[in-house]
Amino acid sequence: MTQPVPTSAGESPPLPEGLRGIVADWSSDQRAFKRVPWGKAMMWIFLLSDTFIFSAFLISYMTARMSTTEPWPNPSEVFSLTLWGQKIPLILIAIMTFILISSSGTMAMAVNFGYRKDRVKTFVLLLITAALGATFVGMQAFEWTKLIVEEGVRPWGNPMGAAQFGSTFFMITGFHGTHVSIGVIFLVITAAKVIRGDFDRQRPGFLTGRKGNYEIVEIMGLYWHFVDLVWVFIFAFFYLW
Amino acid sequence: MAHAEGQQHPIGIYLKIWGLLFILSTASYLVDYFHLQGYLRWSLIVVLMLLKAGLIVAVFMHMLWERLALLYVIVVPPVLLLVLLSIGALEADYTFFTRGVFFVKGLL
Repeated sequence: MTQPVPTSAGESPPLPEGLRGIVADWSSDQRAFKRVPWGKAMMWIFLLSDTFIFSAFLISYMTARMSTTEPWPNPSEVFSLTLWGQKIPLILIAIMTFILISSSGTMAMAVNFGYRKDRVKTFVLLLITAALGATFVGMQAFEWTKLIVEEGVRPWGNPMGAAQFGSTFFMITGFHGTHVSIGVIFLVITAAKVIRGDFDRQRPGFLTGRKGNYEIVEIMGLYWHFVDLVWVFIFAFFYLW
Repeated sequence: MAHAEGQQHPIGIYLKIWGLLFILSTASYLVDYFHLQGYLRWSLIVVLMLLKAGLIVAVFMHMLWERLALLYVIVVPPVLLLVLLSIGALEADYTFFTRGVFFVKGLL
């Protein structure tokens, strides 16, 4: 027979681990996602749906690229830059990758300092993350301009080869850039809330009215890391393949 | 669990993963820089990509420390995408074939 687990007041009994833990969590009262704040579980589920959107884009890109009889433009050459009189392949994209990874690193540290309730450090790290994100979007704008004005790439065709190159490129990187831009806006909003002390004083949110909490920094972080994650796949499949 | 909810880990682990992601990104850039081709190129790209994605999800997004109930809900459904991937590949093959037969002289 099951023994009642003795616990002192305010301490919850230990949760079972492994497969038994999954069954216990899913068949339990109130909520399935233990030790995860509600907002965080919802962000994860949103990110799952976003995964499917980006995957649909990347898979349709694969289908377009595999089925075209025209040669596919070589991304290594299309995205090369001439620096100091030398043509370096894919250098702009490499720099963008490093910038986004760096922003992921500062974001992870912002989450960490948030849970330590270090208001100023969290604020500064969030602003650095936002600045790196804005730099990324700026470089993407530069890349688009170069492609449209100098290389003559259009969604319906380009001088280098298969017409599908333009349409898939603009759709995939455009959708990703939109995600980054929205992320930058929310990073600035979260940073403002941090420095104002909203999460220390549990000030209710403007839209939801829920009490402010440093979990919001982690939820923001999940979104931001996801944007970086998607870029890893775009970098691999669109730029390197 | 030090805290009931919320993730608290030493800062060092983030810096290590950060460094690792830089190394992996440099490696995948070098794949292009040295013009590796064919299966070597594709397998390197995919392996480096999966390593980077895994590190981001596991450490930066804290999946390593979440309970399995959440991990499985988030990580298992994307496996279904392999079905969509195969359908897309089959369809693309067929389209390429018919285009070769009817539109492009000398392709097949």
